[in-house]
Amino acid sequence: MAGSALWFSLLLAAAFAGRATALWPWPQYIQTSEQRYTIFPHTFQFQYHVSSAAQVGCSVLDEAFQRYRDLLFGSVSFHFPQPMGKRHMSEKNSLVILVVTPGCDQFPSLESVENYTLTVNDEQCFLLSETVWGALRGLETFSQLVWRSPEGTFYINKTEIEDFPRFPHRGLLLDTSRHYLPLASILDTLDVMAYNKFNVFHWHLVDDSSFPYESFTFPNLTKKGSYNPATHIYTAQDVKEVIEYARLRGIRVLAEFDTPGHTLSWGPGVPGLLTPCYSGSHPSGTFGPVNPALNNTYEFMSTFFLEISSVFPDFYLHLGGDEVDFTCWKSNPDIQAFMKKKGFGEDFKKLESFYIQTLLDIVSAYGKGYVVWQEVFDNKVKVQPDTVIQVWREEMPVRYTKEMELVTSAGFRALLSAPWYLNHITYGPDWKNIYMVEPLAFEGSPEQKALVIGGEACMWGEYVDSTNLVPRLWPRAGAVAERLWSNKMLTNLDFAYKRLAHFRCELLRRGVQAQPLSVGYCDVEFEQT
Amino acid sequence: MKSRRWFCGCHPTSLSSSIWGRLSLQSEHSDTLTVNDEQCFLLSETVWGALRGLETFSQLVWRSPEGTFYINKTEIEDFPRFPHRGLLLDTSRHYLPLASILDTLDVMAYNKFNVFHWHLVDDSSFPYESFTFPNLTKKGSYNPATHIYTAQDVKEVIEYARLRGIRVLAEFDTPGHTLSWGPGVPGLLTPCYSGSHPSGTFGPVNPALNNTYEFMSTFFLEISSVFPDFYLHLGGDEVDFTCWKSNPDIQAFMKKKGFGEDFKKLESFYIQTLLDIVSAYGKGYVVWQEVFDNKVKVQPDTVIQVWREEMPVRYTKEMELVTSAGFRALLSAPWYLNHITYGPDWKNIYMVEPLAFEGSPEQKALVIGGEACMWGEYVDSTNLVPRLWPRAGAVAERLWSNKMLTNLDFAYKRLAHFRCELLRRGVQAQPLSVGYCDVEFEQT
Repeated sequence: MAGSALWFSLLLAAAFAGRATALWPWPQYIQTSEQRYTIFPHTFQFQYHVSSAAQVGCSVLDEAFQRYRDLLFGSVSFHFPQPMGKRHMSEKNSLVILVVTPGCDQFPSLESVENYTLTVNDEQCFLLSETVWGALRGLETFSQLVWRSPEGTFYINKTEIEDFPRFPHRGLLLDTSRHYLPLASILDTLDVMAYNKFNVFHWHLVDDSSFPYESFTFPNLTKKGSYNPATHIYTAQDVKEVIEYARLRGIRVLAEFDTPGHTLSWGPGVPGLLTPCYSGSHPSGTFGPVNPALNNTYEFMSTFFLEISSVFPDFYLHLGGDEVDFTCWKSNPDIQAFMKKKGFGEDFKKLESFYIQTLLDIVSAYGKGYVVWQEVFDNKVKVQPDTVIQVWREEMPVRYTKEMELVTSAGFRALLSAPWYLNHITYGPDWKNIYMVEPLAFEGSPEQKALVIGGEACMWGEYVDSTNLVPRLWPRAGAVAERLWSNKMLTNLDFAYKRLAHFRCELLRRGVQAQPLSVGYCDVEFEQT
Repeated sequence: MKSRRWFCGCHPTSLSSSIWGRLSLQSEHSDTLTVNDEQCFLLSETVWGALRGLETFSQLVWRSPEGTFYINKTEIEDFPRFPHRGLLLDTSRHYLPLASILDTLDVMAYNKFNVFHWHLVDDSSFPYESFTFPNLTKKGSYNPATHIYTAQDVKEVIEYARLRGIRVLAEFDTPGHTLSWGPGVPGLLTPCYSGSHPSGTFGPVNPALNNTYEFMSTFFLEISSVFPDFYLHLGGDEVDFTCWKSNPDIQAFMKKKGFGEDFKKLESFYIQTLLDIVSAYGKGYVVWQEVFDNKVKVQPDTVIQVWREEMPVRYTKEMELVTSAGFRALLSAPWYLNHITYGPDWKNIYMVEPLAFEGSPEQKALVIGGEACMWGEYVDSTNLVPRLWPRAGAVAERLWSNKMLTNLDFAYKRLAHFRCELLRRGVQAQPLSVGYCDVEFEQT
């Protein structure tokens, strides 16, 4: 896609104020026109093309059609149009969808093809995609192209779009350990992720604070680790619901069970799992990371991750590995003895390495790939070549751009999160800083840069729960969404602002409690119903 | 002694003879609450004190895991440390639906806030429906069909507040922060000049025209009649002199008045005239600190609101200067709740000591209280509630409770519990830190 052609289409699109140009994220290639077609909700329908590999019965699209009907027109019911002689040229009464590759009951993956083309002209109103996932992306774009006049008539302008994501992994992290998030909060987030074309839900399920995941092999983990096992847990049913709800929106669920650090909540349910810290020669009563010196630990992890591997269908699991504090390990005599036995000297990074390598082998044997936080790479843990490293630290041990260079130069795939910690709030329009991040702004060959598979906006939960999650996430996370989907050349903040502000008002219309970008107003302000 | 619990049949009473007394800065808010074997009794000077006592009572009642309601034997004597405990909402940068304002008043009452400082209009929009100058609203609001406060809305706010013992302090900020007034009142704002030609942009209210003062006279007659509180807030902050300087009529006026090059004198002239107009309507006024800093001649009973953190001086020094000059002061500078940062900033908010400046006891008595401010540049009905609560609660306690309450652990325990109670009451108050409430917030 030549740069000049892109700019031409940008200029063309920007020349027509408002309606047709208010897309988020911005497509790779778009041509639009003043010419418009009327849409009548009562007679408009989504239709499968006769040659489409996906047909009625394809749950992903059947349900998407219903969702987008509701989003576009509210609960207006469809009536079959009266037979008319010639179809009116200025009216569109259907969007025809053609999916090339069969496959409706699978889960989306890192390799899923999300390309689509959308053609709205005199002859057609047509959505073409490789897969059902691409069709979902096209449906979302379609829903943003339809606009309403002050009189209330629905229109869509003559448009030609060719679209595909710049990066295949476009994720959002939610932390359900620091604060329990009701199931509805998670499902609502998946909805808005789909509006933004996010495609990975990184579920940081458990951590020091609480263990809300209902484990069937180790029920005590939940009974003793959750804030309240009667109310603040995710049952097997809840988890299934999240996975299917995400699937229907083309979103992968990347489950994270972070070890060996960040595991305090695991302790009460599995006595002996965590390292007892010592004060001199006596246990102090506090606990540290998982105890890497015991066989029991690896037996537990084996059994536990067998369960996790079966519950979560995505090829990847996130195994954590961040912020392992060595102090407690150092204090413990059994671990000191183990260090000697293993010949690790005083280097606890070697002990951490030993733990993680064993864990990775366990998980590999279950046919899973894995993502880990950057410490695993920084501490020179021996990992499989197809490990994905998530870069989250802004300045230490090096600036994150440098870290991206190091990770990819060592041949590993990388995910960028460091500049996208949305829980780090500040006063003012920080969406701009979020937007202006360029994931490939580091020294490296094209092959190296190809190892950057995308990034994730992170909403850690220390100060976030269902009372402030939505306004804190949206529309700011949208800036990450466009950076990961759209063309690299999109760096004009005015163009972005116009569209993001419009998109924010559209989010309000869709019932999303998205906060304002700056001074202004939407036609209908948010009121809780 | 073992604490006793009672199933309570409580009858709060007020001994006040002025049950219908007006809510004011001077209103007595003290009350005593006695729960023991003999009585379950709330005694107060006025209905306003009774309201405070009712709120406290509501926080004393608790529920066992089995669901039974209890109240412990308790003896409370309570009164506010400061009489003016306010919260500012900005309905100009973003329009706030009426429901947002009313909901805020509810939660203010839970926190014993007693002044709603309504910053109604500003540069961005003019949502106040004026009956003497309907074009102000028609042309200045974001959308005159949907984004305005009708006379009925305003009445509703005032009464809703009154029923909660909350005064409504209305602010119509001039001469700066008035861009939205321009479209509805041609000639009101100063046309800025680029060399010898108008540039097309406008600046503060034009102080050189008689029309300006006729307008203000009529406008503030309306405002004085609509808002019953003795005080009006007249603004006076951040007057940018650039536009005035550029305008030849104003230059001529400066010469005529002998102000030289000192535009502070011009600002002074405007504000003094405005204050005289408002005084004649029997109103008192609150102004932002610039009015004091720029040495405007104001009545001795003017209240100065200190909002600037470091300029021209640190706010603690400003409090000293204002009170040392004999004026009453309101503190807001360290309580700009719109200035969000990552982490538990409620602690900084809480640890502010309003009287931490050099001065005599008489001076310090001039500090009548303070206000938490929630400016609206980045705030509207989508994020107002979690951004306000429970953080504003830290201001509420600092203004109500004893000065000696500075233990953050003690405060944290209670504020975290209060936050869960807010959730139970349906308030979308955000968490203070890691943890949980028995019932988490879910939109119904």
